[in-house]
Amino acid sequence: MDVRSQISMVFHLDKCIGCHTCSIACKNVWTDREGTEYMWWNNVETKPGTGYPTRWEDQESYKGGWKTDGRDVELRSTSKRKIVPNIFHNPAQPSLDDYYEPWTYNYSELFNAPEGDDQPVARPVSMITGEPIEVEAGPNWDDDLGGSEVYAANDPNLAPLSDQQRQQMKAIERMVMFYLPRICNHCLNPSCVASCPSGAMYKRGEDGIVLINQDRCRAWRSCIAACPYKKTYYNWSTGKSEKCILCFPRLEAGEAPACFHSCVGRIRYLGNVLYDADRIKAAALKPDDELVEAQRDTILDPHDPAVVAAARACGVPDGVIDSAQKSPVYRFAKEWKLGLPLHVEYRTFPMLFYVPPLLPVMSVSEGDLVRSDVDDLFADIEKARAPIGYLGQLFAAGNEGKVRYALRKQLAVRIWRRHVTVGDVPEEAARQALAEADCTAEEADEIYRLSALATWDDRFVIPPFQREMAMEMMTDPHEHRSAAGFGFRDAPRRS
Amino acid sequence: MNDYVLFGVLPYVVVVLFLVVTIQRYRMKAFSYSSLSSQFLENQHHFWGSVPFHYGILVVLLGHVLGFLMPKAILAWNAEPLRLMVLEVTGIAFAVLTLVGLVNIILRRFSSRLTRKVTTRGDWVVYLLLLIQVLSGIGVAVFHGWGSSWFATNLTPWLWSLVKLSPEVQYVAPLPAMVKLHVLNAFVLIGFFPFTRLVHILVVPNPYLWRRTQVVIWNWDRSRLRNVD
Ligand code: SF4
Ligand code: SF4
Repeated sequence: MDVRSQISMVFHLDKCIGCHTCSIACKNVWTDREGTEYMWWNNVETKPGTGYPTRWEDQESYKGGWKTDGRDVELRSTSKRKIVPNIFHNPAQPSLDDYYEPWTYNYSELFNAPEGDDQPVARPVSMITGEPIEVEAGPNWDDDLGGSEVYAANDPNLAPLSDQQRQQMKAIERMVMFYLPRICNHCLNPSCVASCPSGAMYKRGEDGIVLINQDRCRAWRSCIAACPYKKTYYNWSTGKSEKCILCFPRLEAGEAPACFHSCVGRIRYLGNVLYDADRIKAAALKPDDELVEAQRDTILDPHDPAVVAAARACGVPDGVIDSAQKSPVYRFAKEWKLGLPLHVEYRTFPMLFYVPPLLPVMSVSEGDLVRSDVDDLFADIEKARAPIGYLGQLFAAGNEGKVRYALRKQLAVRIWRRHVTVGDVPEEAARQALAEADCTAEEADEIYRLSALATWDDRFVIPPFQREMAMEMMTDPHEHRSAAGFGFRDAPRRS
Repeated sequence: MNDYVLFGVLPYVVVVLFLVVTIQRYRMKAFSYSSLSSQFLENQHHFWGSVPFHYGILVVLLGHVLGFLMPKAILAWNAEPLRLMVLEVTGIAFAVLTLVGLVNIILRRFSSRLTRKVTTRGDWVVYLLLLIQVLSGIGVAVFHGWGSSWFATNLTPWLWSLVKLSPEVQYVAPLPAMVKLHVLNAFVLIGFFPFTRLVHILVVPNPYLWRRTQVVIWNWDRSRLRNVD
């Protein structure tokens, strides 16, 4: 057993209001430099929709992630064999057209335009060349189902749905949508790292954060194609790839990452989990519908004395084990089985888990109509507006049972809390719902508390990063003291 | 005398420059070591430039290196006229491939506003020098044929004399002007090399093929950690 700690995350989709505050917080901190304008390390997509970059989930054309023949896994883009002939021109490389050309507006025109008959306008200008451009696409072009005939209709996850179901999702009275905020998943089996010819990409052993060494990146661009979530980006100006760093400088200071801290809906949870690195290989070989369970199995119970002993033997510090025991992620993803990985069939084992959305509680579809009444507040999830087949495609590699379980439990929690707070649901019925959802009253209260009332300290359990300890091992602390904080670094510019 | 400066002194100046600058640049500005790919900005034309150019130049360079390292073997191979023909034709074919790639690369740099944006003055110098190099190389191959043989008899001894630090320029002095141009431009190219994006050749990803699939870097020494507290 090789026990390691991994910073992981939970996004509670029912709470996301699609405000994009997270994206802006990230942009302001990390990606407002030349070459990074088009990058959204954090982005929020409307589902159904095509996302950013456009149709990123279509791995037939983007070739991200791993594929398996049951005996071994191989990168879909450039495996070791394939990198040699493809290094000069990566056939799976997305280009700027797949994202969008970043632009700003020529605001000074508004002030400097000579007097005339017409109102002056601020024209859009490219943030790459500075020339005026026609804006044709943006990172959120299909926000809130805008242009859904073109965008939502082309969502690759609609594949398993029948024509009738698709028509229903589009019909004006019964339209359904929810938001999907995405950051780098800091995967357990990152295909980006595995694809990097320079070895510039790495996973930090202590916390599992995936980073790119900017000094060693040589612009071979393999990671861009290999990451199925398209969360590494190529900086066209510096000739280096960049990605979400999970705000590790903030984490090391005990702060939550910028997108987590600023999240208006408080949908985001962060904490570490202990996992067994030896189980990853076998898990990656499992067939699609067993992947959710296989990934869950790699996560260990931090309360189990045997796990604690093994963790200590593997050099995990006590403080880190301690915070793993308090981790909200462990509760959502493993204990309650509410958190599900996004597209686990890519086999990178993303460590960001999503609580699938229950969507409007009060709306039920009945034939061609959607009934919204308060008599039956808590309808059967099978009749929910977002087809389970669709959610299953997103969050369980097609294994709808996993989604059904998470939804049913969430619904049971609501019924139970309705009984406790309003009292118009008889206890009998509430307990019945809990039992059917494999949940107890205590657990339901816990889920309710962590979902609805959680404070900063409940949502973010940041393990001690022990940088001082790391330093002590690498250098003489006295030497480090006089050398730290004053390093001369190159400006990230091409020379 | 002139020949002595150009073929007996210049090579040393250039090689010293090359070594000092590439090493210092790597040590002080590792960030600047990048192939500076622009495939992200223009994805179609890129194929017709980058791919033929790189494959062409790799084979052509390999031919030069073989001529330098094993002249006897080359001469033995060339003893048979048919085999000599095969070698010559292969060489010219790959040189033309290189040229096609290079021309496409240059056209691509002009043709898209996005690629123009990321093309620096240093890039133009590189393209110009490469163009001269490839054109003069093809010129030599066409007008002064059987180069694989006389490279082995004339240029290889001269290059080895350079390596042995006693330059014998009499080997190159009688060669035609086009050959001299090709040789000289090669050294100019080596001189510019450390200041341009060409440095990416020095950092080609060799360990990738045999390294472990995943890279994990520890800040802690896991085995020692337990003893700390
Ligand atoms: S989401 Fe993509 S970039 Fe992030 S670790 Fe996974 S494979 Fe790598
Ligand atoms: S800040 Fe929070 S609520 Fe707003 S879009 Fe981002 S994840 Fe959703």
